[in-house]
Amino acid sequence: MPVREVAGVRDWQRRARGRRLLGWLGWLGGTAVVVASWQAISAHTMWTFVWDAPVQGADLASRMFPPRWAYTARLWRPLWDTLNIATLGTLAALVPAVPVAFLAARNTTPSATLIRPAALLVIVSSRSINSLIWALLLVSVIGPGVLAGIVAIALRSIGFVAKLLYEAIEEIDRAPVEAVTATGAGRGQVVSYGIVPQVLPAFAGISVFRWDINIRESTVLGLVGAGGIGLELQASVNVLAWPQVTMIFLLVLATVIVSEWVSARVRHAII
Amino acid sequence: MLSVERLVKRYPTGDAALRGVDLEVPAGQVMALIGPSGAGKSTLLRCVNRLVEPTAGRVRLEGEDLTALGAAALRRARRRMGMIFQEFALVERLSVMENVLSGRLGYVGFWRSWFRRFPPADVEEAFRLLDRVELAESCDKRADALSGGQRQRVGIARALLQNPRILLVDEPTASLDPKTSRQIMRLICELCRERGLAAIINMHDVALARLFVERVVGLRQGAIVYDGPPDGLTPEVLTTIYGAEDWSEARRRGGADEEEEEEPEVDEQRLAGLT
Repeated sequence: MPVREVAGVRDWQRRARGRRLLGWLGWLGGTAVVVASWQAISAHTMWTFVWDAPVQGADLASRMFPPRWAYTARLWRPLWDTLNIATLGTLAALVPAVPVAFLAARNTTPSATLIRPAALLVIVSSRSINSLIWALLLVSVIGPGVLAGIVAIALRSIGFVAKLLYEAIEEIDRAPVEAVTATGAGRGQVVSYGIVPQVLPAFAGISVFRWDINIRESTVLGLVGAGGIGLELQASVNVLAWPQVTMIFLLVLATVIVSEWVSARVRHAII
Repeated sequence: MLSVERLVKRYPTGDAALRGVDLEVPAGQVMALIGPSGAGKSTLLRCVNRLVEPTAGRVRLEGEDLTALGAAALRRARRRMGMIFQEFALVERLSVMENVLSGRLGYVGFWRSWFRRFPPADVEEAFRLLDRVELAESCDKRADALSGGQRQRVGIARALLQNPRILLVDEPTASLDPKTSRQIMRLICELCRERGLAAIINMHDVALARLFVERVVGLRQGAIVYDGPPDGLTPEVLTTIYGAEDWSEARRRGGADEEEEEEPEVDEQRLAGLT
């Protein structure tokens, strides 16, 4: 009871005494865990390497600069592959993600006991595996190359898009749906007139957002052999060609900035 | 034409919204359903077209038992019942024309409606209705670009495009200012007269109901406690419906309005009285 009466004056506190004590105990326990963890990590760290880090870092940086500008000529092709992996992967994900989202949303699923859990399982399993790991698996299944990258990006994106879309579907205004139902419209018509217009801006925003993320993710897929600029990155690191690595970083940075700008513009235009 | 027999609605929470309602609405009659919030007015309307499934009882429209219909037959039956909503319930991101044409969804197939290829006769009728509610020049505007009164007129056009036999009107003026409220009520009643439609209009404003309808049904806690002409709404009757209160204002205002219907000052007086 946070409200007490002391000498005829009502006093109010946010929490009762027991809850307050519990809160303090929580903080005390948390602090103890942090201190203990720090000690454990410290005991397993070779501190001579850490003290050496600034020197090593400066050494690496000196070997990375200046970037090898001429190397750019060999990067355009893998960069184009990377963009294609991201774009085609996103498009391939949207096709199954839309029906999965409608099956998973509480207000549109045909069966809350059977189909909805299945759709949620699809979403969770797609989301729980990183695209790099999908790529690792797919390279061994369908061989190295761009296709493995596209499929890896698509598999990872289905869950992401479907999850955000089904949340948008669950948050729509019920009134237009009721009104369209009252006209005698069929199930598909209720969805296409009452629901689709309401979630279209969200859908466009989610798609562009995921495309933006996928451009960043597809730059590393080459590390496991799934095509794109990551292949060049791995090759350069393997031969310790640090000026080339710098050049790749710069190019990736520029690409990501452009994709962020494009997705921001698109989202702005829709909403 | 519409007959409701022993209609009961109990929500899963155990709340009884309707406790055995009997109601007969003859063809062409415009009636108001009044009662306090939570009396079951909205539930009653929604049980008629089964947006809410009644627990027990029957609803007959032109002799057909709506409560016994399967999904496809129910959709066909809903075409004969136009519904108008409190918050207009338009699809905000669609154009005025698309919203009006959605009144035909019960008549056209999925792909025709998906590609917006409505039969020319439907489009023509939609234009005629938009002319009638004075919105023809706004047909390409998005619904969310309209004012409250305009949106409700779109809602009315959508309901009428169904070519219904009866209108189910759920608090059409609750989101509107007093002057627009009257214009909307007048429009609904005129259209019902022109087309010989029956209408059940849920409302809160007793004075407004007195102005426009020929019959008032009072609902309290899911049961009908009054059924008669608006003149019969004595303070005693209003107390039965709503509970004890000083009713002289609602009655006097209604009387004054009737005498000076076309005088615009009345609206100003009402507005002044509200502040």
